[in-house]
Amino acid sequence: MFTIEKLHKGFGPLTVLDGLDLEVKTGQSVVIIGQSGCGKSVLLKHCAVLMRPDSGKIIVDGQSLFELPRRDLMAYRQRVGVLFQFGALFDSMTVAENVGFSLKESLRVKPARIKEVVEEKLALVGLSEIGDKMPAEISGGMKKRVALARAIAAEPDILLYDEPTTGLDPITAMVINELIVDVNKKLGVTSIAVTHDLASAFKIADRIVMLYQGKIVYDGSPDETRVTTDPIVHQFINGLSAGPIAVR
Amino acid sequence: MLGRTVAALRHLFSSLHLILAQMYFTGVKSIWLVMVTSVFTGGVSAWQAGYQFKSYVPMRYLGGAVGKAVLIELAPVLTALVMAGRVGAGIAAELGTMKVTEQIDAMESMAVDPIRYLVMPRFVAGIIMLTVLTILADFIAILGAMGVAVGFMEMPSETFMNGFRQLFLMRDFLAGLIKAAGFGAIIAFMGCYFGFAAEGGAEGVGRSTTHAVVSAAVLILVADYVLATLLFQICSRSRNYIRGSGR
Repeated sequence: MFTIEKLHKGFGPLTVLDGLDLEVKTGQSVVIIGQSGCGKSVLLKHCAVLMRPDSGKIIVDGQSLFELPRRDLMAYRQRVGVLFQFGALFDSMTVAENVGFSLKESLRVKPARIKEVVEEKLALVGLSEIGDKMPAEISGGMKKRVALARAIAAEPDILLYDEPTTGLDPITAMVINELIVDVNKKLGVTSIAVTHDLASAFKIADRIVMLYQGKIVYDGSPDETRVTTDPIVHQFINGLSAGPIAVR
Repeated sequence: MLGRTVAALRHLFSSLHLILAQMYFTGVKSIWLVMVTSVFTGGVSAWQAGYQFKSYVPMRYLGGAVGKAVLIELAPVLTALVMAGRVGAGIAAELGTMKVTEQIDAMESMAVDPIRYLVMPRFVAGIIMLTVLTILADFIAILGAMGVAVGFMEMPSETFMNGFRQLFLMRDFLAGLIKAAGFGAIIAFMGCYFGFAAEGGAEGVGRSTTHAVVSAAVLILVADYVLATLLFQICSRSRNYIRGSGR
């Protein structure tokens, strides 16, 4: 169980998260939608404890993340896989070294086992042949798939996806979406994804929530979301310029 | 960050592969740069000393005077300033790019401490390799000075080397190396600090790189003054102590 309670975060005079509450059940796949710049990535970074809030809590399986001592925080991070918006692959390492990084440097797995896991995860994302390439030598879609392979290498039980399909063509985006659904099912993970790509949201979500003005203002299943009369969600999913959401 | 870097030294032996990689980047890849800088530093100090000695000081002391200047001051400081440009800028640009492309966040999210993985190896490599490069710079600069003395001042190489040996003190050489180790720590730390502080894309990385080089250069000169004062005081006190006990 992943519980976010009254999370506040501001940058100078700008309030990004304004007492946000959200609950994600174990094994659920929740997608957070919202305008660009509304704080979705900031929220995700709090879930990975890469940022700390001004106030509020995130509780995972009874542990309050921001109060964890360093050793327990490291143990929590070993349970979490993060897919970053632009992949965030280490550009000084090969694809295979990227995928095996946490196994080598955090979990201290033996090299032979790392090789097996890297091959297995790269095969899972359909990229068995590119282990020796550098990130600069592969396409944007491949980078996302390698980043996904890296995120699942340590078999996490929580996966956080930051804009998994941003900047990809529709076909590659759908390949990534199907991979995410597949990975979520195979590993039985709890996942939180943030996106403004609705095709992606409808494909991978069990639940869709909308972030607006620092709060969750809508919560429903993908089917409910398609036909909702909520004016904010209706405007957002139909891409209307007129409505309660101010265009920035 | 400095405290966390020092605390990360407990992982020194498990991070040897990372330290060696950084030693290669910091040291081996800088050898030519240090050699070129040093040979001209030595050469110009021989000319300067020769010009100032004229009519006042016998030229046989040229080797000793140049040797002292090189070992105590010129080799450690000029090597450090050149390395601040090459290594400090390189570290800041590399870590700054990693910061703005979320690679450091990615590392942290995988339960790997970026201070342990990125900063500590650069810090240790900076200290070791600046010391090693300064020894090389000492040697090359003195050769350069001797080359100028022999080639352009018509001084026999034996006269130059006799002068050098006459005034050579091991403590001068060691004081230069202690300073070099301090400068290595400053260069690596400033590169890491400003790299980690980079924000906002290419412009932010450029700004961090500039800050890393400028602050390292200024701190090297400040630290040179502080360390020189401390080391000279320690040397004078130990000399007085030895004289006192002799009596």
